[in-house]
Amino acid sequence: VEEVLAAAEEQEAEKRRSITVEKELELEFDLGNLLALDRNPPAAAGLRGAGPQREALLRALARDNTQLLVARLWGLPAERAGGAGGPLVAQLPEPTFTLPREKRPPRPRPPTRWEQFARLKGIRKRKKTSLVWDEQAKEWRRRWGYRRAGGDPARAWLAEVPEGADPNEDQFARLRREKRERVARNEFNRLRNLARAHRAGTAGPAAPLHPTGHQSREELGHVARVARVSTASLGRFQPRLPKEPAEPPSRSGGRKRRFEPLLGNLAAERSRQLELLRDMGSKKPVLDITRAVNKQLRQEEAEAAAAKGKKQSKRGKRGRRQQRVGRSSKKSGG
Amino acid sequence: MRPLTEAETRSVFEKLGRYIGENIQLLVDRPDGTYCFRLHRDRVYYLSEKLLKVAASIPRDNLVSLGTCFGKFTKSQKFRLSVTALDFLAPYAKYKVWVKPCSEQSFLYGNHILKSGLGRITENTAQYQGVVVYSMADVPLGFGVAAKSTQECRKVDPMAIVVFHQADVGEYVRNEDALT
Repeated sequence: VEEVLAAAEEQEAEKRRSITVEKELELEFDLGNLLALDRNPPAAAGLRGAGPQREALLRALARDNTQLLVARLWGLPAERAGGAGGPLVAQLPEPTFTLPREKRPPRPRPPTRWEQFARLKGIRKRKKTSLVWDEQAKEWRRRWGYRRAGGDPARAWLAEVPEGADPNEDQFARLRREKRERVARNEFNRLRNLARAHRAGTAGPAAPLHPTGHQSREELGHVARVARVSTASLGRFQPRLPKEPAEPPSRSGGRKRRFEPLLGNLAAERSRQLELLRDMGSKKPVLDITRAVNKQLRQEEAEAAAAKGKKQSKRGKRGRRQQRVGRSSKKSGG
Repeated sequence: MRPLTEAETRSVFEKLGRYIGENIQLLVDRPDGTYCFRLHRDRVYYLSEKLLKVAASIPRDNLVSLGTCFGKFTKSQKFRLSVTALDFLAPYAKYKVWVKPCSEQSFLYGNHILKSGLGRITENTAQYQGVVVYSMADVPLGFGVAAKSTQECRKVDPMAIVVFHQADVGEYVRNEDALT
């Protein structure tokens, strides 16, 4: 009985040990991010070098810290989500630890055409008041929008014909058309500014097209190609140098493969193939070492067979010794 | 369908040259007409100009085969010679191997030729040389690669492989759907 009690006590101690963790320095918790920071110095000796020992130490460390974090989490105010039978949900506080940025901060957008012009001319923005005094309505009205200062443009019942305009032209239609055009132009310019800003980020510095002293062969080739294409006919009738290959400008920039025509000049094809065969044949070495060696061995064997046939009548030590000596000398000579 | 590029022609001629050597000229430059190689769906076909002109009018998707298929290019652009080229290789073969009637059947089933089945072999065949395999009645059965040079063939034991199997006429029955 005492043994059973002792075993039970040991088990209890074991359990309690697994949930009580002792640390020199208290951990810093940021429960909003589920973060626990352990500033205790680890056992340096055990962590040096890879191995199962190190793994075990790290695992124990992780387990202890996780135990402390979970114990803290259990201390948070919690409620049952979704009624009585739902899961217990803790309410995390606001996170205090600031995580570093995932992506780079956005770079400032390049100035638009107007902004460049304004900077050039020294035009500064004037802060406009949001409300304007409307004389007719005798009150402060907003500058644009709902109930604007100049009266509702939809209810304007008079449109004067300006001097020098066609008397038969519909002025209301003209005003509507011009507004539409203005809106469209503004939208177009806005999109163009966006595109410029986008393009400014992607393309790198282009290679100069005028001759500098430090251009490589590829750069010069590229520049020559650009110069050829910069004519009114896009380079179609430019004369070529004697050895320059006549290639049509590929619209896909070299991505698509081009093959010979199916029923092109068959005689030319045949002559090209014969040339190719001749080139391939000429590359083979005239003296093939293995074949020469094989030939030599064959010769030796034939001679040896012939000699054996002759010396069969004279069977004796002397004959055999002579044979062997004869063969080895031939081998070293060959 | 298109003509072969320079690199493709080179690999085809190299492969053919292993079996017929410099006799490829006789295939390229024939006295009885202009013959050419064309590539269609990774397979290389050998056909006369007359046939080419007719085949050019068939739409690509509907064209199955034209002339004689010599072989095909694998996905990694290696050329693999097929048995349908045998009719053109056999007359120009430089190195021949005759196989005994007892192991003809075995070769036609796709097995290599052992020393015990070797009837005759051309003199001075080098090792790994392309050979055309004949039966004792001089009927071409297929082609292969010599595993041993003629020298070694004489000395080696009867169960050793002397010719590696590459293609045989039994494939017409075995691999019917793979041939075009």
